[in-house]
Amino acid sequence: MNRRHLLLAPGAAALAAALCFAAPNSAAQAQSAQVQSAQVQSIGQPIRVGEINSYTGLPAFTVPYRQGWQLAVEEVNAAGGLLGGRKLEVVSRDDAGKPDDAVRVAQELLSNEKVDLLAGTYFSHVGLAVADFAARNKVPFVAAEPLTDAITWTKGNRYTFRLRPSTYMQAAMLVEEAAKLPAKRWATVAPNYEYGQSAVQWFRQLLSEKRPDVEFVAEQWPAQGKLEAGPTVQALAAAKPDAIFNVTFGADLAKFVREGEGRGLFRNRTVVSLLTGEPEYLDPMKDEAPEGWIVTGYPQEQIDTPEHKAFRDAYVARFKETPRQGSVVGYATFKAIAAAVEKAGSTDPEKVVDALSGLALPSPFGPIAFRALDHQATMGAYVGKTTVKNGQGVMTGWRYADGADYLPSDEAVRKMRPE
Amino acid sequence: MSFYLVQFLSGLATAATLFLVSSGLTIVFGVTRIVNFAHGSFYMLGAYLGWTLVERWGTTPLGFWGGVAAASLAVGLLGALMEVGLLRRLYRSPELFQLLATFGVVLVVQDAASWIWGAEDLLGRRAPGLKGSIDILDQPFPLYDLVLIGLGPLVLGLLWLLFNRTRWGTLVRAATQDRDMASALGVDPARLFTGVLFLGSALAGLGGALQVPREAVNLHMDMAIVVEAFVVVVVGGMGSLTGAFVASLLIGQLQAFGILVFPQITLVLVFLFMAVVLVIRPYGLLGRAEDAPPTAASPGPPLIPSIGPARWVPALLLALLAAVPLVAGDYALIVLTEVVILALLAASLHLLIGLGGLVSFGHAAYFGLGAYGAALLVKHLAAPMPLALAAAPLVAGLGALAAGWFCVRRSGLYFAMLTLAFAQIVWSVTFQWYGVTGGDNGVLGVWPPDWAAGKAAYYWLTLALAGGALLLLRRAAFAPFGYTLRAGRDSALRAESVGIDVRRHQWLSFALAGSAAGLAGGLYAFSKGSVFPTLMAVPVSVDALVMVLMGGIQTLSGPVVGAALFHLLETEAMSLTDWWRLVLGAVILVLVLAFPKGVAGFARDLWTRGRDT
Repeated sequence: MNRRHLLLAPGAAALAAALCFAAPNSAAQAQSAQVQSAQVQSIGQPIRVGEINSYTGLPAFTVPYRQGWQLAVEEVNAAGGLLGGRKLEVVSRDDAGKPDDAVRVAQELLSNEKVDLLAGTYFSHVGLAVADFAARNKVPFVAAEPLTDAITWTKGNRYTFRLRPSTYMQAAMLVEEAAKLPAKRWATVAPNYEYGQSAVQWFRQLLSEKRPDVEFVAEQWPAQGKLEAGPTVQALAAAKPDAIFNVTFGADLAKFVREGEGRGLFRNRTVVSLLTGEPEYLDPMKDEAPEGWIVTGYPQEQIDTPEHKAFRDAYVARFKETPRQGSVVGYATFKAIAAAVEKAGSTDPEKVVDALSGLALPSPFGPIAFRALDHQATMGAYVGKTTVKNGQGVMTGWRYADGADYLPSDEAVRKMRPE
Repeated sequence: MSFYLVQFLSGLATAATLFLVSSGLTIVFGVTRIVNFAHGSFYMLGAYLGWTLVERWGTTPLGFWGGVAAASLAVGLLGALMEVGLLRRLYRSPELFQLLATFGVVLVVQDAASWIWGAEDLLGRRAPGLKGSIDILDQPFPLYDLVLIGLGPLVLGLLWLLFNRTRWGTLVRAATQDRDMASALGVDPARLFTGVLFLGSALAGLGGALQVPREAVNLHMDMAIVVEAFVVVVVGGMGSLTGAFVASLLIGQLQAFGILVFPQITLVLVFLFMAVVLVIRPYGLLGRAEDAPPTAASPGPPLIPSIGPARWVPALLLALLAAVPLVAGDYALIVLTEVVILALLAASLHLLIGLGGLVSFGHAAYFGLGAYGAALLVKHLAAPMPLALAAAPLVAGLGALAAGWFCVRRSGLYFAMLTLAFAQIVWSVTFQWYGVTGGDNGVLGVWPPDWAAGKAAYYWLTLALAGGALLLLRRAAFAPFGYTLRAGRDSALRAESVGIDVRRHQWLSFALAGSAAGLAGGLYAFSKGSVFPTLMAVPVSVDALVMVLMGGIQTLSGPVVGAALFHLLETEAMSLTDWWRLVLGAVILVLVLAFPKGVAGFARDLWTRGRDT
């Protein structure tokens, strides 16, 4: 007969919840009052950037990335900060790899932490969710890693900018090399989601434009992270292609390479492979890294341009390890944010957005610019062949492909963007 | 021709691994009736330990196989440790509570593995002496895979000997058939369970360690394998070793040849297969009808409606919550909005679990259907928000009506796996139907109109709608419908003999729960501005289950408390530390040990005790 009281429990919980939120929040309000009074003085008030990434979901990629932006922030502050002495400050959060968590965290950064900009994200869908949030709340967002074309094209918006070369750009870089090959019969293998599908779609379309004589004889679409290596390799081999276009990465790639070698899939065949030259993917394969694949990537030990050397030396001195692709992305993202704030002369979101459009700046890869047209940065990637040296996969015979040269016509881009 | 032979062999190699892992799961389930989510974690630990040992000793064949065996034994010990330290304390709790405990272990192991072995994928050494391949009808085939193919039947044979030729095996079989009778005859169930957990975990560890030469060891292995292992166990028939073996073979071949015929739908092929098998054969291929299918709810004290002043508690709580925007800021309101939505999701699942005795592993499907229903109406037809919100429960309810018709014809874990199969099918359709759903890039721009755009306004709207739905669910629980449902849960046979159509009531409750979850999904979509297939993926279903169990299934307020507790814990831990999974897992373990009846159940017991003495 006492069950009647059981509804008290949620009451208590909700009360506790309300209290525990009310307390820090009134603190936050007090803080924001301070912010206002400080803005009147405007000196010494840090410029705050809210940073969101999948730190627990993909630590192998996001930890080098975090070190990259930490280096950039330290450099900016050591050089005296921004806007006449204001420090650059970053509030970093994990999104657990989930778009809805990312949106909540973005809101928290905006309303509790009072950040001036948002940055980061790794997964395409997380990037898109935050981009939409940024547009809704009119806050600038510099997407660092997501590769999807949609974020700057079909779902682009005024407040979102993207640093890395998109799927389209990377596919276009590889098509240039693929078109030179004698191969006529192609097979493709790609993870079965937007990234894999749009990579294959662009590769087919662009290659067919350059080489009307090629045909695509087989395609495999393993679920991401669940590649059935043996059967997939066998199915590709059965189609007897001259060359293979690979989009798998990470654990799937390692499995694919092992089985492919074991079953002779790569004998007398050229493989063209997206992202495989990045240290993130090459390093774990050690001496089993594939030989002679044409890849996009980042030969970090070999690039000796002054700007890259300076970056690499600083990075190695700070973290006692060589940079990875993610380190460059994190570093360049925050350098871009610093440059934009400096150019805007304020942290007013509209002014920062205007400053980011067309912003040109140096990067470890050389000069880059955020195109005013679609907010895509012209950062490129390195295209070369893989080989194994001293028990380690490296790139050889590489060249830098400037992102600006691998974008569709302005007309085509304008058609895709909703604005 | 030779190509098909090699493809067949590849399928056999896949099947061997699947069998090792799922045989462990089926043994553990058969005896202990524990739905062991941590089984995949043991597989992953086996792979990591195997990697470490093989790196150290693996230059010689003896060192390699010794390393694999040592890894397997070590994982077995961990499994036994989990039984002694954790599960043993929970045998008197409701059966599903152990599931919650194993989920806590999953979270802890994920972070522990990341802490010990680092984040990077680890590519291990290949088996010495088995590095190359041999030509089978002119097609090269890896030697190591041949060894795996031989290992599957070998392990099956050894297990058969163990179970049929040793005293221990006989006891295990006796306990599988009738646990109570075995213990009445003097078999110490605790010791038996420890042994079974050791064996099951060691098999999972063996499966993991054997993967070292085939693939890079990584932190996502646990979740990738555990769902598949459950599929094998259920397709084969729970508790049946031979069934697991046959099911592994079938699924291995399905994957090998499936990618030739349907390369685009590899994601869902396995689940389609399971759904078909379960629709045709209720207890899997070789399972037998259970005398008493495991139910979610142990017959705790019956629910009765509150009388007296306590009746006004919900209204008071609602008023209290409605006043929160006066003191709280935007972020607090957003988190509270989420809590209210998740409370509705958990309560809708509780309608199935707590009242119907039906454990659903796929409740996220209806949450997601509601979210997508609303989002797609906005995107394709530019529907206003009220219309979209009204459509959300409708779409989800219709989906639940369709899936429920099949699901309620099964019971226990078969029911649970069938709901999972439908959820996975819905998920993969959403994931791949780009033209309509936008695939994994989702639907963007689903924001509320200006009048509801403020955080407080949207919070009030959520509170009104979700609170209303919660009250309706509560009303349903105490209406004749709810009593009928509970009658069917407690004794389907007796309920039917007094003229109740149990199945029909379960079906309707499935639809009701689905539409309530759909409303939650619709509200969630507008609170986030975008929807993605992740909303209907397995982790959301698991989260919902965890919320219900955390709060306790024997009270109506349990899921609400559980949702609040779980979500607040997760968001707080996430913003404080990168090791939030470890924190969350540890908290779950502590809660499970301290409150074996759930938090709300514990509070009620306290109250009752205070009253009775």
